[in-house]
Amino acid sequence: MNGAQKRQSVLEGIRAALGAGGADETRKKTVRKRLKSPRANLVPERARKGRAARLELFTGMLEGQGAKVSHASGLGDVPEIVAAYLRGNNLSAEFRTGSDEMLAAIPWDKTPSLTRHRGRGQAGDGVTMSRASTAAAETGTLFLTSGEDNPTTLNFLPDTHMIVIRAGDILGSYEDAWNALRKTFGARALPRTVNLISGPSRTADINQTIVMGAHGPRRLHVIVVG
Amino acid sequence: MKPASRAFKTNARKALANEPLQRALGGIKHGFVANRAKARAALPEFDRLRDEARAVKEHTLAHLDLYLEEYEAKVIEAGGQVHWAPSADDARETILKICRNAGARTVTKGKSMVGEEIAINAHLEAAGIKAVETDLGEYLIQIRGEPPSHIIAPAIHLTMDQVEADFRNIHKDLPPERILDEPGQLVAEARAVLRDGFLAADVGITGANLLIAETGSSVIVTNEGNGDLTQCLPRVHIVIASIEKAVPTLEDANTILRVLARSATGQECSTYTTYSTGPKRPGDPDGPEEFHVVLLDNGRTEMLGGEFHDMLRCIRCGACMNHCPVYGAVGGHAYGWVYPGPMGAVLTPSLIGIDEAGHLPNASTFCGRCEAVCPMRIPLPKLMRHWRMREYEEGNTPAGYKLGLKLWAFAARRPKLYHALTGLGAPLLARFGKRRGRFRSLPLAGGWTRHRDLPAPQGKTFQQLWRAREKTP
Repeated sequence: MNGAQKRQSVLEGIRAALGAGGADETRKKTVRKRLKSPRANLVPERARKGRAARLELFTGMLEGQGAKVSHASGLGDVPEIVAAYLRGNNLSAEFRTGSDEMLAAIPWDKTPSLTRHRGRGQAGDGVTMSRASTAAAETGTLFLTSGEDNPTTLNFLPDTHMIVIRAGDILGSYEDAWNALRKTFGARALPRTVNLISGPSRTADINQTIVMGAHGPRRLHVIVVG
Repeated sequence: MKPASRAFKTNARKALANEPLQRALGGIKHGFVANRAKARAALPEFDRLRDEARAVKEHTLAHLDLYLEEYEAKVIEAGGQVHWAPSADDARETILKICRNAGARTVTKGKSMVGEEIAINAHLEAAGIKAVETDLGEYLIQIRGEPPSHIIAPAIHLTMDQVEADFRNIHKDLPPERILDEPGQLVAEARAVLRDGFLAADVGITGANLLIAETGSSVIVTNEGNGDLTQCLPRVHIVIASIEKAVPTLEDANTILRVLARSATGQECSTYTTYSTGPKRPGDPDGPEEFHVVLLDNGRTEMLGGEFHDMLRCIRCGACMNHCPVYGAVGGHAYGWVYPGPMGAVLTPSLIGIDEAGHLPNASTFCGRCEAVCPMRIPLPKLMRHWRMREYEEGNTPAGYKLGLKLWAFAARRPKLYHALTGLGAPLLARFGKRRGRFRSLPLAGGWTRHRDLPAPQGKTFQQLWRAREKTP
């Protein structure tokens, strides 16, 4: 069988098993409708909180999953928070970011001890920084989208990953977060990669004991701005 | 891999006598089981989400052909390629061809049960392509040449001492005097060794937990981040997924993800959930240049709409095996193929035949815990019973077993005779067992008394006691 025949054979097998003809308009209509206007299923109560409670849930969830969360009142406070965090963990003051506009607008020169490199993640990167597009407080989950502004490799290659997010971008549920991305990227379209990140890398494959830093970052530092 | 499911009984006996295995299995109750209970308690809507997740999958399966076509169209629109594989052979050939076209020498692999099902590593290795498992658990079993013993914790059967011995044996260029007596040290060593593998790979192969028709995205769920390094570093990314992984929308994926991690490890959510849609785009500084999806059928369409249809809702969380007393006693290797525990007892005969895997549906006490915890509400005991019936009809049941069943059925269909027999047996056993209150051995019950005592009846049958109770006002 060639590729087209294999495809045909699987699809025909499914239709035969379901007793459905290829020209069944009712089924097609049902599918088109569900895809055109996606409908939320049950959303947990905890995802439907007001701003203050939402931020508290977001922070609590992330900390419970082993991340560190800091709050900055404005972009101007970020460099000091970053410098203090890196110092406190005995880490080098060099880090890498993509071309994200918000990260570029941070007044890095206020803290000369910090050195910011640019570009995609490199094998030897100790510390990197990304910006999250949005987040869902229900499980402390950050949504990062791929591209030149925030390359995916920055999320996984370093030992320490820092993620900056505006407080206003932290929403309640996964549904809220996807709807925010739909506004940016359009209906039925996503960037190449969307990474949902909820803590540092971990494994329990040895001795059923949780160890941080399996393959991805050992540390995750989330900075909430505003 | 060649199935060893025919030898279930021998495998199980060996497993029961395997001291390190028993030690390793002992941890499940305090780990997975306790954590799932905690996660469920922390989300009041959990059981209603299970109903919804079930409904999502049922709707998808009823329109599976159409959702797969929609998914395919979106993948192509994003610049990816979709390859349909009716059989495991087709999938292996397609993957090998993509690897050859890419001139691949090394392939990294994220954890994929479908990858195990089609034994892709052996196929690539036979063609001279090195396949490196990157999930830590998968790496541990790959260096031992073993199949996974659990669908989400493939090396759960190993103790730390065994891992240490394997690492000293395999990582020969590291100093022999290094200390490896904590999980953290072993993890750090694997991280360093595998990091080179990630950077050197030409092709990355991952599985998929979900395929989203709305956007043409495949979703992987990991805690380690290995799946992400597998797919964002090499030039070519291949996704291998079975057809029942489809869901309509991002919202439908949310529902399933809300029950997946909680049922599996008891986490609120996994650390990394990654949605991949096509290859590198203009302006992307990273990501694969080629993006392929291999859609595997391998017997699924035959399950659709039939006796074993419900099994197609399975999201491979592993809750059924974590809660299974049989799995907890013998571990996953005893089942002899890729999928162990209750879900394996139903799925394995569908995929490799009841003649190979006939023992597996019998490896259950029908206690019902698997069904009670299944996030997709799959009636696993009922499905195992279907297999037992089919095995009986096909005449694979041993003669002695059949005779026993016939005798029991003869008596059970005649309540008077049954009560007369049990009414005779109970006082007789009570008299013989009076002194100790239990039997150390009993004719015809050696299978029971070899491992534990049989409590002696107290003299009356259940029916007699019940009637007496009914009479008392």
